[in-house]
Amino acid sequence: MNTNLVDNVSRLSSPRNAKTGLLASLKTLTASAVLFAATMSAPQFAMAEDGVMTTGLAVTDTEVTVGILHSLTGTMAISETGAQEAEKLAIKQINDMGGILGRQIKIIQEDGASDWPTFAEKSRKLLVRDKVAAVFGAWTSASRKAVLPVFEKENGLLYYPTFYEGLEQSKNVIYTGQEATQQILDGLNWVAKEKGAKTFYLIGSDYIWPRTSMKIARKHIENVLGGKVVGEQYKPLGDTQFGSVINKIRLKKPDVIYAAVVGGSNVAWFKQLKAAGITAQKQTLLTISVTEDEVLGIGGENLEGFYSIMKYFQSLDNPNNAAFVAQFKEMWGDDSVIGDVTQAAYLGPWLWKAAVEKAGSFDVDKVVAASEEGDIELKTAPEGYVKLHKNHHLWSKARVGKWNKDGQATVVYESELIEPDPFPAGYQ
Amino acid sequence: MGEYTYSELGSILAMQGFAGISLFSVLLLMALGLAIIFGQMGVINMAHGEFMAVGAYTTYFLSVLTEQYLPSLMPYYFIFAIVIAFLVAGVLGYLAEFALIRHLYKRPLDTLLATWGLSLIMQQSFRSIFGAREVSPTLPEWLLGSYQPTETIDIPLNGIFVLVLTGVVTLGVFYLLYKSSWGLRVRATTQNRVMSGAVGINTKKVDRYTFALGCGIAGIAGAAFTTIASTGPTTGSLYIVDTFMVVVFGGAASLFGTIVSAFTIAQTQSILEFFISGSMAKVYTLFALVLILMFKPEGLFASKVRR
Repeated sequence: MNTNLVDNVSRLSSPRNAKTGLLASLKTLTASAVLFAATMSAPQFAMAEDGVMTTGLAVTDTEVTVGILHSLTGTMAISETGAQEAEKLAIKQINDMGGILGRQIKIIQEDGASDWPTFAEKSRKLLVRDKVAAVFGAWTSASRKAVLPVFEKENGLLYYPTFYEGLEQSKNVIYTGQEATQQILDGLNWVAKEKGAKTFYLIGSDYIWPRTSMKIARKHIENVLGGKVVGEQYKPLGDTQFGSVINKIRLKKPDVIYAAVVGGSNVAWFKQLKAAGITAQKQTLLTISVTEDEVLGIGGENLEGFYSIMKYFQSLDNPNNAAFVAQFKEMWGDDSVIGDVTQAAYLGPWLWKAAVEKAGSFDVDKVVAASEEGDIELKTAPEGYVKLHKNHHLWSKARVGKWNKDGQATVVYESELIEPDPFPAGYQ
Repeated sequence: MGEYTYSELGSILAMQGFAGISLFSVLLLMALGLAIIFGQMGVINMAHGEFMAVGAYTTYFLSVLTEQYLPSLMPYYFIFAIVIAFLVAGVLGYLAEFALIRHLYKRPLDTLLATWGLSLIMQQSFRSIFGAREVSPTLPEWLLGSYQPTETIDIPLNGIFVLVLTGVVTLGVFYLLYKSSWGLRVRATTQNRVMSGAVGINTKKVDRYTFALGCGIAGIAGAAFTTIASTGPTTGSLYIVDTFMVVVFGGAASLFGTIVSAFTIAQTQSILEFFISGSMAKVYTLFALVLILMFKPEGLFASKVRR
């Protein structure tokens, strides 16, 4: 193939062809193209001497490459910025400790831009072109669903940090966030018990996670709690007009507003709630989608007295968290806030490190097998203690926090360690 | 429906009516600037949303400054912020017209592409200067909360503020355009550029100031919106489609048409949203809009001008 090209070029350089200037440049172009192709196809990474990895991943004797894929721009940037900051902090700490299997971790970061097809495209780039050993990324369920086929086809490994609706268990994903039974159901149980709530108004953003979450919530409210759903509304992601919905809520007078509004829309939602006079003294509101990151944009004074159910709050009082918050602020600034997903994202690199060291290899199949033995635990997790279950999810606690004016939450309820169950019977 | 008395139902309807009027004022404020630029000058300004974002970011910037250096002025800064937002956006519009738009008056489709490029540049500038996350200025106390004429009616104060502001701006624009000598020159240039030039009107200068005015009004709109939602680099693109819709539906060259169209669209969407889900309400409103435009492509109030 290469010789043919060179032959053709020589043929063109016969005396009959007067365009020597063009010819000369054509020759150099072809020659450099050939050289370039040759270097590209040569192996870019040396095989480790002790057979540490066996599949074609970007691992050398001194370095291993991972990918970070979050939205740095768009309506989800408000939520996802923290997650990638936490992942970078964890990776820096691991590198300072000597890396994994003696190798320093190198990061390639891509921007999903709050656009799901972009997430899929960038994940394909990270797995196929950059051959990363693991990806820490995605945030919304829509982005996860968009990248899932890519990870399953290319046999990649994704550490997914967000609380989500469950009903999924992929061989190629480790879920460091809560699934529905650890968040949605526990939250409903708490508000029914503590506030005696019987009627619920459900509101969320219009995509798979809020819709599936509300489906699960409705089943739980109607079948288990014996309550009633008096309204259910969805608004498009990024929408800012909540006036009509607020009036509808006022008409129905629910005991609890159960909210799953996501990303930037939260700012408009809570500001307009406050402007309409719906404050915590008059109305109980429990949300499953507001963390310290969103409160930074919304403003603590607009949320005062409302509740969120998460597994982590920045105000948690334990020694792991104190150290974590201090280190996070040192790296990212004193004004940083740390939300639930940020903390879950922080766990990702540590869980990967533990699994790789257990497997003795970066090979995705071996790392997954090591993770599935169900005994990898992190005693230094900022949320306290977590254990990786063989269904790729984490044992964790559920906590309800009440928001204060300063943008931090007071934890008013803490559950026991809940076993993850992504496919609970009766909720499909 | 839950248990309610007729007086409560009345209150809810009153609040819903206000929500409709509130949406009307939002749409009108956005569309006024574009009505001037697109309607009077025929320039398709795809960067209009970004000029609104300029106004919003100016307000945010002033909010941060006031908090840091002059905290005692917090309750008053907002009015200043609106004026300054008008000036900043206006100046930027003036520069944009001088550098970019004036070369493209004979090529309307190229202005579309050029202003689209301008909007991308502006979005990235916001990202680089203010960061990719959404920001909000700290609103003064008198804008927060609601006005309660009766026990059960809660009228959001920021809604009243935006309504009043829109009224002031609309009256200002009408006065400027129909009662001042400058407005006379603008209308002359729009109707017959060659003849206006022949009678001694500096059409280039008129164009520049008109464009600057349109962008300035967009800046006011952006400042007003900080009371409703947060601002991010891509916030402008959220508003641009609705804005064009209002202007085109009303009839591009008619300011009165813009007002009527904003009112119609806002009320239809608001009323529908109350009875059916939010997304479907928008679908039906747009569907009706498309149907009407198919029969009357010049919009509701077409100007009868021979071109």
